[in-house]
Amino acid sequence: MAIDKATAEKYWSANLRLILGSLVVWTLVSFGFGILLRPMLSGIAVGGSDLGFWFAQQGSIFSFIGLVFFYSWKMNKLDEELGLQE
Amino acid sequence: MSQFTINLLFVGASFALYFGIAIWARAGSTKEFYVAGGGVPPVMNGMATAADWMSAASFISMAGLIAATGYYGSSFLMGWTGGYVLLAMLLAPYLRKFGKFTVPEFIGDRFYSKTARMVAVACLIVASVTYVIGQMAGAGIAFSRFLEVDKDTGLIIASIVVFFYAVLGGMKGITYTQVAQYCVLIVAYTIPAVFISLELTGNPLPAFGLFGDHAGSGMTLLGKLDQVVTDLGFTAHTADIDNKLNMVLFTLTLMIGTAGLPHVIIRFFTVPKVADARWSAGWALVFIALLYTTAPAVAAMARLNIYTTIYPTGDYTQPISHAERPEWMKNWEVTGLLKYEDKNGDGLIQTYNDKSEAGKALAEQNGWKGNEFTYNRDILVLANPEIAQLPGWVIGLIAAGGLAAALSTAAGLLLAISSSIAHDLVKGSINPDLSDKGELMVARITMAVSIVVATYLGMNPPGFAAQVVALAFGIAAASIFPALMYGIFSKKVNDKGAVFGMLAGLIVTLVYIFMYKGWFFIPGTANLPDNAANWIMGINPLSFGAIGALVNFAVAFGVSSVTEETPQEIQDLVESVRYPKGAGDAVAH
Repeated sequence: MAIDKATAEKYWSANLRLILGSLVVWTLVSFGFGILLRPMLSGIAVGGSDLGFWFAQQGSIFSFIGLVFFYSWKMNKLDEELGLQE
Repeated sequence: MSQFTINLLFVGASFALYFGIAIWARAGSTKEFYVAGGGVPPVMNGMATAADWMSAASFISMAGLIAATGYYGSSFLMGWTGGYVLLAMLLAPYLRKFGKFTVPEFIGDRFYSKTARMVAVACLIVASVTYVIGQMAGAGIAFSRFLEVDKDTGLIIASIVVFFYAVLGGMKGITYTQVAQYCVLIVAYTIPAVFISLELTGNPLPAFGLFGDHAGSGMTLLGKLDQVVTDLGFTAHTADIDNKLNMVLFTLTLMIGTAGLPHVIIRFFTVPKVADARWSAGWALVFIALLYTTAPAVAAMARLNIYTTIYPTGDYTQPISHAERPEWMKNWEVTGLLKYEDKNGDGLIQTYNDKSEAGKALAEQNGWKGNEFTYNRDILVLANPEIAQLPGWVIGLIAAGGLAAALSTAAGLLLAISSSIAHDLVKGSINPDLSDKGELMVARITMAVSIVVATYLGMNPPGFAAQVVALAFGIAAASIFPALMYGIFSKKVNDKGAVFGMLAGLIVTLVYIFMYKGWFFIPGTANLPDNAANWIMGINPLSFGAIGALVNFAVAFGVSSVTEETPQEIQDLVESVRYPKGAGDAVAH
């Protein structure tokens, strides 16, 4: 395979950073806002319930969609920047 | 036209469409049979993945489940969508780059071990077979309710249809039928939801109506629902829960279980490029979210609708009488899914939570002798068009939609089973010299046998059918997901680590489930009663897959660090799956 080592390492560590950042958001919107932090957010009313309930029932899902598209866009761009695309 | 004729017309037309696709999309090679030739565009694969993923349980039961469990039911919503984030970032692109046909094949190659491959095959088969029983049973229910045929006859018709497109077309036929099935099921699910949302909140989008205002009362929809259900002695729909640890673990188990289910993973082998695998996960999530953001709205609205139908004036001393109940209640009483028992002999329908203090006080005041009205939770979706007084064709659509949800998932599972038997077991282990044509024939025969077995199990579901879905998620989470993660993200984990890790994760999960549910689900063999007081740290057996995964991760890491290093060519293999360049086709054989 004709990928030089420096490029490969740069690509992989950028990928890992991106995954880590995305997973932090992923954890925050579901396990955080949706479950564990719900009592803290109970003061913020959203349509008859509170922000935590909204995150648990749909906010987390919208965030997941955003995360996957953001990740795909960033990685596909990185593939091309480093000449690693198919 | 009678309702029966309309239902028959809709289901018949959808089946004709699937037949047409089957004839058009015949598979000519193993590559077409296993991965649809590797040429499915990402948006289309997203749609097929959504149909593959959303089962009879998602379509028929999830809204009812959320109505019954309120806030705790959010675990299903977050768990069954959050797994796609993991798939998109941690598994799909790299496994697509690896470019082989099955999940056990990756595990076998990466951990250079036939044992690892066979353990993976065993996990895959147990997880998929348990899952497919539920789909076949779901198809049987949809048939018997809407087409007035015997459940077994319905099941046989359904399996003939699946047989036709799955055996003939393999993944290629399944993919294009799943695209059609997605369209049928999402339209069927959304139309009644839009009308019920318009009626209750004036908002045509159910997901926004859920957090909107309730038409007529000047309250918010959720506020109104909370008020009605607490008045009747139930816990508020939006009430927070105490056992957060269990909710976190349950959600996490569903997430990593989703990411580890082979029938979902193999869908990402069908797209042309690594970049497409990433996009495709996003599109799958969009299509899934259309239903998953509608379901909690259907749950809340249908639940409110039932109580406002029974107590139309809002005064709990004035429920409607059984004689003047609406038409849909009469229709569903016939099926036994809805029951009325006049306990205090006044001819009125009193429904409330007769187990709670508030409910008992209400009963005391008004001379009630217990809850008189019970409904099966599947009613919320199945009877939704009638509750919202929609025309007969919408009911026909629900029938076709429920069947589409069950059949699309069943076909995906059957393909995962037959490809791992034909490719991993027969070609990979028993007869490696098998030609492509020979392997295709074996795959077709395995598919046919799997359908017959699944149909038989659907007709005679084992008593534990309801519990086995938890088993499928537990196994996928505790065995397959960690092995795949290590296979991609670690160069250190070796063959022994993977095998011991998978076995350890699998065994602790099975032991914990069997302890409470009975050994191999045989009644009377449970060691402890299955309730919150006896669960270790309050962890429900259904939530244990996440712990099993942790055990797997720890054992695999521990064993690998005290045994020999992975060979250089394996380290190179790991390196190669990480970069899209040089992926080529889905056949690097």
